[in-house]
Amino acid sequence: MIINMELLRLLEYDFFRNAFFAAFLMSVSCGIIGTYIVARRMVFISGGITHASFGGIGISYFFGWPPMAGAAVFALIAAITTENLTRKKIIRNDSLIAVMWSLGMAIGIIFIYLTPGYAPNLMSFLFGSIITVTNTDLVLMLSLTIVVSLFFILFYRIILFVSFDEQFARTRGIPVMLVNYLLIILVALTIVLSIRVAGIILVLSLLTIPQNTANLFTSNFGRILVWSVILGFIGAFIGLLTSFYLNIPSGATIVFSLVTIYILGRVVKLITGRRRILSK
Amino acid sequence: MNQLLVTLKNVDAGYAGMGVLKDISLNIYAKDFIGIIGPNGGGKTTLLRIILELIKPSSGIIERYIEKDDIGFLPQVSQFDDKFPITVSDVVLSGMTSGLKLKKRKTALTQQKVEETLDSIGITGLKNRPIGELSGGELQRTMLARAIISSPKILVLDEPNTYVDNKFEQELYRILKKLNETMAILLVTHDVGTISPYIKTIACVNGSLYYHTSNEISSDQLKVYNCPIEMVTHGTVPHRVIQEHNDN
Repeated sequence: MIINMELLRLLEYDFFRNAFFAAFLMSVSCGIIGTYIVARRMVFISGGITHASFGGIGISYFFGWPPMAGAAVFALIAAITTENLTRKKIIRNDSLIAVMWSLGMAIGIIFIYLTPGYAPNLMSFLFGSIITVTNTDLVLMLSLTIVVSLFFILFYRIILFVSFDEQFARTRGIPVMLVNYLLIILVALTIVLSIRVAGIILVLSLLTIPQNTANLFTSNFGRILVWSVILGFIGAFIGLLTSFYLNIPSGATIVFSLVTIYILGRVVKLITGRRRILSK
Repeated sequence: MNQLLVTLKNVDAGYAGMGVLKDISLNIYAKDFIGIIGPNGGGKTTLLRIILELIKPSSGIIERYIEKDDIGFLPQVSQFDDKFPITVSDVVLSGMTSGLKLKKRKTALTQQKVEETLDSIGITGLKNRPIGELSGGELQRTMLARAIISSPKILVLDEPNTYVDNKFEQELYRILKKLNETMAILLVTHDVGTISPYIKTIACVNGSLYYHTSNEISSDQLKVYNCPIEMVTHGTVPHRVIQEHNDN
């Protein structure tokens, strides 16, 4: 009861309400996109896209543009380049990712250094700041969450089949290249919008930890997807409250609570597994 | 004469400027059962990819008298992620897609078809299992179910006998023999000895293609065909050296 009252009181604050909605929207989009990333073993690619986007943030600082717009452009360039060059087998995939990863960070650091004066909010781009989410951020996140959800609901099976066995999907006449490009674009946009919440350094956790927790209990793509959304939201919400009460950084606290849930999941699995063996 | 399904005339193919196949000609008729043999790197898989329209030949003519999705395909195990979080029934269902649609629109009918197919391959009980938990034989059965659920006119199999035990291998050939009553089969194999009693003809692929209109072949003939493969023969499998081929 006390917690409920406290929550209602907190929700009267604009900043907390925004943070709460951001956590919810991010759980949905990252839950869905993360399931795709993890199932298809694209975690490293996602890391490359995330860090490449820092180049866009640096350039935006220098020219006085909105940082998220620059981040989005860089993330999309990185995503499409990876998809394109990997398909043509011009360069080995993991080497290419390493180049993009460090080049993006290098461009970002040089331009921020060249920008006169202090770079405000730099830390929030690196480590996230859910408390400073604006109404504009929320509108963008809501739009993306709707697009991602609709895309996965309408084309669930196509996405699943292409992810599992691209070559076979092509023999069935599925437009594999189009599906791959659309998905990598959604991956890039989801990453960029999640940077507001968890920052460049921590964003991968939102895309992988809930999925791995869900994967402890099921190996069904659809179930992992739904449970990732639920577990992601629980983790983000607990992390948000904890960071608020203990007055510690929100992004890091959310990561911490997601990992705690994962460890709890491991423990539950260990206990139920042992009980199953005992009952036999 | 059986109906002609696909014909390849003087086809060249390769990757990134490297020629793998040279001047290949092959006719595939309904009810054919062709064993494709040859050394690694000889172009067996490339030949399958051309037939499946996964790659385009650099020259030559291909005529198809069937629809694109009339071909069922079983890839090598190394071609997909065998730990991917997907259930057996979803894998099999993917064989029913055609473009962005499922062949049968009604969900109930689709599910029924999936169950019938699983039944015919003998893996009904595995329906909801994730593929990561399957044995080698169970996985190959699942992939075979996916390949045949659309009742294709041609079934293409790329080394279905790797990573499986001998018992399953024999059963696989029995299933294929039954399927061959309604569809043409192309089977790439590294083991011509075991498969010999089931196939009808042999194609040796080593850069070029030599078509052998019998299911039995000797080491000497393989030399003539420039097809250096290991001949593995099993004691119980009938194996006979046939007479020299009459080159025109």
